[in-house]
Amino acid sequence: MKISAIITLKKDVLDPQGKVIHQALDGMGFNNVNEVRQGKYFEIDVKENDPKKAKEIVEKMCSKLLANLVIENYKIIEIQ
Amino acid sequence: MKSSVITFPGSNCDRDMDVALKKFGFKNEMVWHDDNELPKSDLVVLPGGFSYGDYLRCGSMAAKSKIMQSVINFAKSGGLVMGICNGFQILVEAGLVPGVLLRNKYLEFICKNVFVKINNKDNPYFKNSDKDVFEFHIAHNEGNYFCTNDQLKEIEDNNQVAIYYCSNNGKTEETFNPNGSLNNIAGIFNKEKNVLGMMPHPERMIDKSLSGEDGSLFFKNLINNIK
Repeated sequence: MKISAIITLKKDVLDPQGKVIHQALDGMGFNNVNEVRQGKYFEIDVKENDPKKAKEIVEKMCSKLLANLVIENYKIIEIQ
Repeated sequence: MKSSVITFPGSNCDRDMDVALKKFGFKNEMVWHDDNELPKSDLVVLPGGFSYGDYLRCGSMAAKSKIMQSVINFAKSGGLVMGICNGFQILVEAGLVPGVLLRNKYLEFICKNVFVKINNKDNPYFKNSDKDVFEFHIAHNEGNYFCTNDQLKEIEDNNQVAIYYCSNNGKTEETFNPNGSLNNIAGIFNKEKNVLGMMPHPERMIDKSLSGEDGSLFFKNLINNIK
């Protein structure tokens, strides 16, 4: 079963890459941007058919390795 | 005095550290990341470099490697563990010291000499140090120390800041902060002060004609303190 996870920086954490991307967009003429925050996206094919169990497994992966909870949040966004 | 330097895939300061430790009297052993057991050691060093190509987050994969369980047990039992640069990143990812190391504020890889001021001498690393300000070398892309407000309060209440970035005469102002680190923090201890993580490389300052000798002073002092 395929599970997706999105890792985002917490609100108070500075995101210099997001800022530079924002500036670049601005330079390209996209003047209607308030803020850009960069994150990470994972697609994990879990050997598990029960959606609830598969989600739990990916949640554990997020909290133990994929995200650093001091600076990042994670969200399981999709079950296929 | 016995020391162990852990080599991860992508470590590149492991041999410099080996040379430095031996020069000042340690009997050093190189330990592979895939080993299960640490040899008997008085000091364990996680060296600088780019373990696992800095994949995911710097130090995150190395923090989960086989040898780290043994390093964590050693640290929890009071053993001295020092992480330099990528080693510091591994320590934070392993949860041995609080906080994280973010991308440098101005997105540049920084490679230069900096001055750092010792904040706490009540520990085996800096006890009896004659100097308060050291000139060390930094070379990193992710050295921007960050932690939550609660963590910062705890770190300061427990006097866990080891060194601050500063001027050549010890002024710890924002101007002398190379990477945007919170409060100019360049290195921190765990609560018990047996684990030290720092971005600067003392092992790069051990030769009078090549660099400077503040690293020599650091290592001489360290071995005297733990003898």
